[in-house]
Amino acid sequence: MTDPSKTHTRSTDELPIAYVPDRPQLRETPEQLRARIPGWGADLDPADRPSHPKLRYDPDGTGAHWRFPERQPGAEGRERSIEHAFVTPVFGTAQPLHGVSGHIRRLAYARYSEARLGHWLLLIVGDRVDAWGSHVRSFATLRPDNPVTQTGVLSEFSADGAARRGRSDRRHHLLDPVIVAGPWVAGAGAAVFGARRLLRRMAR
Amino acid sequence: MRAMTYRGPYKLRVEEKDKPSIEHPNDAIVRVQLAAICGSDLHLYHGMMPDTRIGHTFGHEFIGVVDEIGSSVEHLQVGDRVMVPFNIFCGSCWFCARGLYSNCHNVNANATAVGGIYGYSHTTGGYDGGQAEYVRVPFADVGPVKIPDWMHDEDAVLLTDAAATGYFGAQLGEIAEGDTVVVLGAGPVGLIAAQSAWLMGAGRVIVVDHLTERLEKARTMAYAETLDYDEYDDIVVELKQQTDFLGADVVIEAVGAEADGSCLQHIAGTKLKLQGGSPVALNWAIDSVRKGGTVAVVGAYGPIPSAVKFGDAVNKGLSLRMNQTPVKRQWPRMFEHVRNGYLTPRAMVTHRFPLENISEAYHVFSAKLDGCIKPLILPSAS
Repeated sequence: MTDPSKTHTRSTDELPIAYVPDRPQLRETPEQLRARIPGWGADLDPADRPSHPKLRYDPDGTGAHWRFPERQPGAEGRERSIEHAFVTPVFGTAQPLHGVSGHIRRLAYARYSEARLGHWLLLIVGDRVDAWGSHVRSFATLRPDNPVTQTGVLSEFSADGAARRGRSDRRHHLLDPVIVAGPWVAGAGAAVFGARRLLRRMAR
Repeated sequence: MRAMTYRGPYKLRVEEKDKPSIEHPNDAIVRVQLAAICGSDLHLYHGMMPDTRIGHTFGHEFIGVVDEIGSSVEHLQVGDRVMVPFNIFCGSCWFCARGLYSNCHNVNANATAVGGIYGYSHTTGGYDGGQAEYVRVPFADVGPVKIPDWMHDEDAVLLTDAAATGYFGAQLGEIAEGDTVVVLGAGPVGLIAAQSAWLMGAGRVIVVDHLTERLEKARTMAYAETLDYDEYDDIVVELKQQTDFLGADVVIEAVGAEADGSCLQHIAGTKLKLQGGSPVALNWAIDSVRKGGTVAVVGAYGPIPSAVKFGDAVNKGLSLRMNQTPVKRQWPRMFEHVRNGYLTPRAMVTHRFPLENISEAYHVFSAKLDGCIKPLILPSAS
């Protein structure tokens, strides 16, 4: 409930300031603020602010000693936004496209510009396919995915998770385990269902 | 080398990966000494950022020692201790030549709407990040800066993003002397934005959040008035009353795409992914600023659309100002402010985790357990 006593009426005739032409009165003078706040007003002059003005032409002040950078090798076949004229001269090489998720992501880049929702939704689909494929493949390794250790959920105990009782965000925190564990439970259910059907068919 | 790797939404682990190598003549390889988890890393962690690939190493806030340099590097030497801006930028494209380092056009082949960022999905270029023992740093002559002798390592790592972004947010607000400034969010960016608002002459700074430890930090570290939005039916009405029904002159939105404040919007946007996140804070900013005022947005949002009250922004005649922070542009002036004690980034650090405990670190930060405001990561080789 909003507390009406917190209303601050500062105009001389008791009308709220928004309804009259007066300037709002400062609660503290600049001298008082300067005495109370370390550095108050140090950047009062916009000229002292590093991002003023927004555009400041200074091509020689960046450290670059090229007009256009030398091109990094390996750009052939790399995915790029079709809003770019070419693969940028420098690019990241982490996690190159692969498998089914790679085909989905390549389609997103090759077919749709960044302006199209399809571009982003396809990338999200690619992300989920990538995650599921990686989870499945991890079970064929000596280090399968472990939702307990990988989510850090045990820190609920060491970091006093119960202390967030009463916080408004607690309501949706309850959903997090469902979102994390839900697909695993659904996957396990589907595997059990499929195995039972297979066994029944073999028994006939 | 040991590196944090993404295994799908809400799942991470530390893996053995190949040490990065020089891929371009102006690359450097940096041995990471200290890294941090940024609030925006949580968007990746929660599966909200398109093209976040399994195996990706996050981390765009880090400092370290130059371990190797490419053949064209002139300004750094092996052994230099450097702080690395979260932006990857070439220094020579149309945008870099005009100071918009966060909008570089030569480093992100995957998108034109955002520049290059370390460890922040392939949508920002596909570069592995610094929550690892080593990291590849492109354009070593342009981005990194040697850490001044007097600077504390924890200040240095926070200046690579969170602190610079808070300072930049206050500048976007174009604050004039005596302005009433509302900062939405008392996380690392919001705390520095509140400190910075005073430097620019604010007459009043009000910080809004719902976490008591963060509001306490806003009072002690940033000398701000605070409002806990959980205590009000409608925080916008409270802010109108607080400002004599005028609205704030400037609102700095330092929350981003996972805002709380509306359970329905949070679930729809950030859990069910029905839109590009939860725009609650952005809409509160539009609603609580005065007509003709300025909304500065430094909270992180992805490329998927969100239900923003654009009509209210039009009808109120607002100036909406935003960008990813061009970090290196902020540094010379920020270094002075840190040295003078006007900005105190390391006062916000609450947790320090070894890299091997990265899953716990993300969970504690994401769920805001144990009073966590800013967690740092210590790589094994540091």
